[in-house]
Amino acid sequence: MKFLPTLVITSLAAVITSSALTQSNTVTLLNVSYDPTRELYQAINPAFSKTYAAKTGKTVTINQSHGGSGAQARAVIDGLEADVVTLALAWDIDAIADKGLLGKDWQYLLGNNSSPYTSTIVFLVRKGNPKGIKDWDDLVKPGVQVITPNPKTSGGARWNFLAAWGHALKKTGSEAGAKAFVGKLYQNVPVLDSGARGSTTTFVERGIGDVLLAWENEAILAIREQKDKFEIVAPPTSILAEPPVAVVEKNAAKHGTTEVAKAYLQFLYTPEGQEIIAKNYYRPRNPSVAKKYAAQFPKLKFFTLRSTFGNWRDTQKKFFTDNGVFDQIYQPR
Amino acid sequence: MVTRALPLPHVRSRARQILPGFGLSLGYTVFYLSFIVLIPLAALVVKASGLAPLEFWTLATSPRVLSGLRVSFSSALVASMLNIPIGLLIAWVLVRYEFPGKRLIDALIDLPFALPTAVAGITLTTLFAKTGWVGNLLEPLGIRVAYTQLGIVLALVFIGLPFAVRSVQPVLEGLGTEVEEAALSLGASWGQTFSRVILPQLLPAILAGFTLAFARTVGEYGSVIFISGNLPFKTEIAPLLIVAQLESYNYAGAAAIAVLMLGLSLILLVLANLAQARASKVVGE
Repeated sequence: MKFLPTLVITSLAAVITSSALTQSNTVTLLNVSYDPTRELYQAINPAFSKTYAAKTGKTVTINQSHGGSGAQARAVIDGLEADVVTLALAWDIDAIADKGLLGKDWQYLLGNNSSPYTSTIVFLVRKGNPKGIKDWDDLVKPGVQVITPNPKTSGGARWNFLAAWGHALKKTGSEAGAKAFVGKLYQNVPVLDSGARGSTTTFVERGIGDVLLAWENEAILAIREQKDKFEIVAPPTSILAEPPVAVVEKNAAKHGTTEVAKAYLQFLYTPEGQEIIAKNYYRPRNPSVAKKYAAQFPKLKFFTLRSTFGNWRDTQKKFFTDNGVFDQIYQPR
Repeated sequence: MVTRALPLPHVRSRARQILPGFGLSLGYTVFYLSFIVLIPLAALVVKASGLAPLEFWTLATSPRVLSGLRVSFSSALVASMLNIPIGLLIAWVLVRYEFPGKRLIDALIDLPFALPTAVAGITLTTLFAKTGWVGNLLEPLGIRVAYTQLGIVLALVFIGLPFAVRSVQPVLEGLGTEVEEAALSLGASWGQTFSRVILPQLLPAILAGFTLAFARTVGEYGSVIFISGNLPFKTEIAPLLIVAQLESYNYAGAAAIAVLMLGLSLILLVLANLAQARASKVVGE
């Protein structure tokens, strides 16, 4: 029966080490994010740690978690103890706020609606653009195959849907017109993947479809990797996607990381943070950084969620809940 | 840890078990099953009861959900049926013949168990999409596998295969060749020997394999979403609708579809078990 004493000693040792660790100058943050930001935060984290150590003498270790935006928000709601969340759309953070993990006014706590960077939805087409796709109107032409994920299971796909809707609303001037347009667009979708990465695979690897609706940063990355196969077409107008960030106040208070979590998110707004953001092909907010990197982004006109749709909560309800607009455009045939 | 054996109680209301440890092992079994199976299922039903009966009914009978259920259940049914003859054949070859590489093939059968289902789905899609090795041969013939229901069936055949083989194999091993030889020597043809001597004895095992494969594949998500194309009313499976509900934070709605699937599966499994019991009885006689 040597097992029991060994167990006691090991667990004692573990307790002592862990308490020693928390007393020292090391802080750990958990950043729960969505899929395409892997490379971005891999670059942000060491830069922030360095700045923060220089300022306060404390060492910060930042752990990352990535997944679909909605699934990540659910994980946080169900108890994943994120100190900060950096997700694809505000509705997912609203859902966390609804459970009381942070204040409902979270979007006003940081600059630019708590979105340190923006992005948009562009078209990725095959080299030479054989179908001559230039604008949203070309996507509803017969014989054009459009690849986009299901907006009910993918956060990014919701931006795609709303971008198309915003274009059609402006053009036709009516909700009915927009609905008919978007309905026709989704008739041209031969494969409705459940996430953005899945759609990219379908388009790039499987060779299906004439045009992929994609995050701008993902499209630029795809071009960098396979220049001879694809090109980017920027439609004249698209939606300004504003992926938001927030401190999960309750978790941070519990871990004693409120201050460092705030500093982490504020770092994204500093010139240094904005540079890293631009280098990862997200559009920076800072005007001078934006000017410096302007050449790498296609030029197009934006409309915002706020100007065309209002807030995310109502938008989600109207378009993407059961029997919402998206369900209505799919009717049994 | 010294436990003195207590004198056995002399009054026993129940008939004495010959094997010791009945109480302990049964208690453990019940506890374990409750913990692993019943409690999660109960939690699911509780979540689903967050919906009013009318809401539940509206959701359950919405064309989208009905279509998803149809796709899931019909694909699993077809795939499991296809696996019956394939599984029987493979088991037969593995049991009755000796050949080099037999061990390897035997081990290969379990691969679908071990492979993460997402990997299986992506691999099959890569092969069967029009750019894939197999897909670019089939496409000119007008056969599309990836992104159709055929693709879903293919993925489910892959996932369900080990169940079909592994249920039949041990029974076939235990069968021995004497009965067949007797049948043949009494003048039965090969066909007669197979259909009237071998098949009836294998039937319970075949049904068990079918049931297992069906139960495993009807709720399959990981491999299917990559190959199905997920088009509403065409290739959208019920588990994807559950995920869609979760994405809009509608836990009750997700649980409701899950309960629906559970109920339907339960009915089918009970039917299959009844059929299996009947088949065993026939063998017993």
